[in-house]
Parts: sequence; structure tokens; C-alpha cells
Amino acid sequence: MSSTEIEIPPAFEHLAMVRSVLANALEAEGALKQERLQDLRLAVSEGTTNAIESHQAAGTDAPVRIGVAVEATQVTVSIADQGGGFDPAKLKPHPPVTDPERLQYERGLGITLMRTLADRCDIETGPTGTTVTLTMNR
Amino acid sequence: MRQHIQNVTIQNPAGLVLDLDRVDFIDSTGLGVLVGAAKRMRMAKGAFRIVNSQDFLDELFRLTRLNEVFDLYESLDQALAEVKAQIQASTAIENESQDRGGR
Repeated sequence: MSSTEIEIPPAFEHLAMVRSVLANALEAEGALKQERLQDLRLAVSEGTTNAIESHQAAGTDAPVRIGVAVEATQVTVSIADQGGGFDPAKLKPHPPVTDPERLQYERGLGITLMRTLADRCDIETGPTGTTVTLTMNR
Repeated sequence: MRQHIQNVTIQNPAGLVLDLDRVDFIDSTGLGVLVGAAKRMRMAKGAFRIVNSQDFLDELFRLTRLNEVFDLYESLDQALAEVKAQIQASTAIENESQDRGGR
């Protein structure tokens, strides 16, 4: 069992570093199979992107915190921001792919992808920030 | 990538082929850029194709159902041939319509 925490300034240029640190740490430990590791890498990238956007929208320079914990049966990554939070229930679903209106939606796939790629995706959000916890079974 | 695609689509090209075979990572932001390109090409009535033969991208398009939105090809040659054919067909229709208008 191990745990690591990374703090990054709220800027998109740090996303590649987060993905790289995460992948290297979990690969070195043999924590997940390669395919699942790629899924987690993408899910973490989505969560970190949202966290950075949230800090930028709130005008805060506070760091975004990413915690990684490897346990016997699962790997957990938490992404914590101090932005203004959001209401997951108010997220507008995309129109069906057959609807020409679908092309009007260039954003909003991040949470869908996190929920699809991770075995579990928990979102705690409020006016003082949001924590996304992604869990992958080993 | 977003800026580059915007620079190209703003010129209203008759066709655009994006070859993703050397892309090693794409997230929802990148997918949004592709959706934006598809939208702008559709508005300009241009032909738009995406080339991809990588499994991870296939999976991502499938998960997001964007495989049903984009015209995906495994080969660049095939995509280019399709775009050229579509442009030729559109030009022929346009010419025919202009001929009729002149009579």
C-alpha cells in the first residue's frame, strides 16, 4: 500500500505532468493493467482539467491537489479543488448523436468520461470546492 | 490543435481531413475541438473526415458515441479519396444549378 500527493498550480500546462507522474508511479508499482491504467490516466486528466477550470473561473491561484492511493484491491485518485463547485444534477445532457444539434456541444464530456472509465466516480461539491474521487479495482 | 484547426476552418475549405494516427493522447477537450471542426465544416458545407487506426481512440469515440457523429476512416488515402469525390460531386451540382439559372 502506498500513497502520493501532487500539487499543481491551476494552469493547463501542468496536465501532461500530472498524467506522466500518475502513469509512472502506478506502472512502477504494477498497480494496474496497462489498459486500465490508460483509462485512469484519461479520467484523471478530465478531473484535473475541470479542477483547473474551476480555479480559473473563481480567480484563485491556490493549487489543485491530486492524491493517489494504492491499496490491495483498488487504486484511488482524488482531485481536490477550491473553486466554486457545481450542481451535478444541473448538467445538461447532450442531445442524441442523431440530432444535428449534437455538434453544438463542444464541451461537457469530462464527467461522462470519468464515470464511464473509472469503476467508481464520486463527486463531492459545494461552494468551497469540489473533490472527485476515482476508484479502479485491481 | 484547436488554434490550428480554427485557422484552417475559418478559410471555409471545401474539404478537411484530420489524420489522428500520430496522436498519443486526447481528452474531452480534444474531442470538443473535433466536434467544433465538424460543426464549422458542416456550416461551410465542406467535406470532413477523420483518419484513425488506433484502438484507444476507437474506444474513446465509441464511449462518447462520437463514432456516430464523425466520418471515420482507417486509411488516409481512402479519406482523401472520399473528400475529393464529395467535392467533385458538390461542384458538379453547383455547376448544373448555375447552368439552369442562366437559361
